[in-house]
Amino acid sequence: MSSSPISRRVFLKASGGVLAGTLAFASGPIALLAPTRSWAMPLDNLSSRQGEVLLAVTRQIFPHPDLEDAVYAMVVKSLDRQAESADFYQVLHEGIVELDEAAGGDWLALDDTAQLEILAPMNGKPFFATVRGDAVVSLYDNSLAFAHFGYEGEEGDGGYLTKGFNDLTWLPDPPQPEGGYLPFEEPTA
Amino acid sequence: MAMTDNQKTFTHDDDSVVVVIGSGAGGGTLANELAQQGIDVVVLEAGALHTTADFLADEWASFAQLAWLDTRTTSGSFRLARDFPTLPAWIVKAVGGTTVHWAGASLRIQPHEFRALTHYGEVEGANLLDWPLGYDDLAPYYDRAEQRMGVTRTNGNKGLPGNNNFKVMYNGAKNLGYACNTGHMAINSEPRDGRAACQQRGFCFQGCKTGAKWSTLYTELPEGIATGHMELRPESHVARIEHDESGRVTAVVYFDADGNEQRQNARLVAVAGNSLETPRLLLNSASEMFPEGLANGSGQVGRNYMRHMTGSVYATFDEPVNMYRGTTMAGIISEESRHDPSRGFVGGYEMETLSLGLPFMAAFLDPGAWGPRFTGALDQYDHMAGMWLVGEDLPQESNRITLNHDVTDRFGLPVANVHYDDHPNDIAMREHGYRQGAELYRSVGAKDIYEVPPYPSTHNVGTCRMSERPEDGVCNGYGQTHQIPNLFISDGSQFTTSAAENPTLTIVSLAIRQAEHIGQLMRQGEV
Repeated sequence: MSSSPISRRVFLKASGGVLAGTLAFASGPIALLAPTRSWAMPLDNLSSRQGEVLLAVTRQIFPHPDLEDAVYAMVVKSLDRQAESADFYQVLHEGIVELDEAAGGDWLALDDTAQLEILAPMNGKPFFATVRGDAVVSLYDNSLAFAHFGYEGEEGDGGYLTKGFNDLTWLPDPPQPEGGYLPFEEPTA
Repeated sequence: MAMTDNQKTFTHDDDSVVVVIGSGAGGGTLANELAQQGIDVVVLEAGALHTTADFLADEWASFAQLAWLDTRTTSGSFRLARDFPTLPAWIVKAVGGTTVHWAGASLRIQPHEFRALTHYGEVEGANLLDWPLGYDDLAPYYDRAEQRMGVTRTNGNKGLPGNNNFKVMYNGAKNLGYACNTGHMAINSEPRDGRAACQQRGFCFQGCKTGAKWSTLYTELPEGIATGHMELRPESHVARIEHDESGRVTAVVYFDADGNEQRQNARLVAVAGNSLETPRLLLNSASEMFPEGLANGSGQVGRNYMRHMTGSVYATFDEPVNMYRGTTMAGIISEESRHDPSRGFVGGYEMETLSLGLPFMAAFLDPGAWGPRFTGALDQYDHMAGMWLVGEDLPQESNRITLNHDVTDRFGLPVANVHYDDHPNDIAMREHGYRQGAELYRSVGAKDIYEVPPYPSTHNVGTCRMSERPEDGVCNGYGQTHQIPNLFISDGSQFTTSAAENPTLTIVSLAIRQAEHIGQLMRQGEV
């Protein structure tokens, strides 16, 4: 994966429960959807720093070099919502403490490789499993992720019959009858 | 107006009605077929009534809307027990059952597959048996099922148009010398039977919003209701079946939408709750006379659970594919479905196009995985093609549904535990399928190949299997239980062996045949 995305791309404000940043790719598909380049997300239960750590942890678990932090923030938002439960909060809190202790103070200050060296052995523990289990859903189940990865989601609701269901041109079209017929096409073979 | 608004209703103490439990491929079809004969039927469906307008083009939201999410538990060495310990099966809890969710592939079981023991011989660790009926017995009913369901490439129904995912499969198949087409699908390729043509939405698993795909929800069930001989009761969760001193079933006890216990008397009961709930219900109905559960004199209820050998192969390419656009499974290669032990396994498998949306691709590509290989696959999502492998899974006595008395549902009933170990034959077949799938995609320029493990099971069969001799199974060739003459099994639980093919067409065909048989027995006063 790429070098540290957090320090390079994002300015994160540590102002009491807000996660904020700036889009890294001004011309990417997400920038086209976003009204402004900077974004901010209030947190209800987690501190700003906890949000920043969880975003960085998620980036380590599911590293997509070109994916905006604004999408990773969807995971933090989902975790923040569930952190209303004291037990859930405790799992996150203890995991972050463990990361910082292993880093000798500030896990976020480490470079990418050093962060991963500390995080990877935690695979299988509740903190890792909780973040991974949530992120595998929340990271990929939102319209920003759809735009980034090239999935049209609910836009397909009306059907692709006239919108590219068979627009692949880099291979020969299968013959008929094997390749079938459009709804109003008369069978020829 | 809901289809149930003006339906005929029957009183709870009416003991002349046939009670059908479940409204999916088996139950929904059976109920309509009985009603068409003028037989009064009450259908008890655990799930709620959703109409096509309710369906969601959103994988997780739809999953929450339609999937059977009541707790189940797992054991055994199959990977699902680790990846999805409380979700061994991905089936539907709604009116229409799993016909709401199915992909529409409608393939006949091959003649030799009905005679698995005869053709394959004894296989160590497997509990193989020939079906008590043969292909020729079922052929006329396959004809009727294909006609009714509008299966493409039968009855003059033209093939569905191939989508992008099919184009990749077809070209690879050609390179390998495989025949391949857009399949026998119970999906309208043109307007038919009052239903639209497929609009290539790509949300087959989330419920077909246009009704192009056959589902009992908007075919069999409303047709049955229209006869005036059928009452559909959604949100009716059956708890147990009761019997009299002679050992014949007399009533079905269920919890209604408000959680109140109700008792519907019955002349005959047909169970079609899918292969997990059907044996669970028989086991939960244990009584003094039947301490091991109903129809379980052989001890075979719940055993021989089969889920098909499955797996998926996804491949990435330099050029875009956008596999999620269009009919999910309209692309089938049957060349490996033959029985050819020289490949290192008995039975065979089908190769069928499959795509998942981004959310489900993340969830199912490699459950538990993380890191760059996993994310590298998703980075290529729109350049990805995919296929599903589905093949014969050998029956094993120890693969079984039992009651988990430590875990109960909201009505206090023990839940089903699903125990499953892969048979070496399944593993050999899966490996073969992975290799063939990879070779197919490499022949058209694949970059990365991903061998994807089985999803929570959509094909659940066996567990109350048909057998010639009562000691070998649970029911006879008509689904009538060996032990209780007025108790029938009407879903995929009846399957003696799994065969390679997607089970729905066979479930529907068996239901049509069973309805005819029940009608005869009733007219003769035998049940």
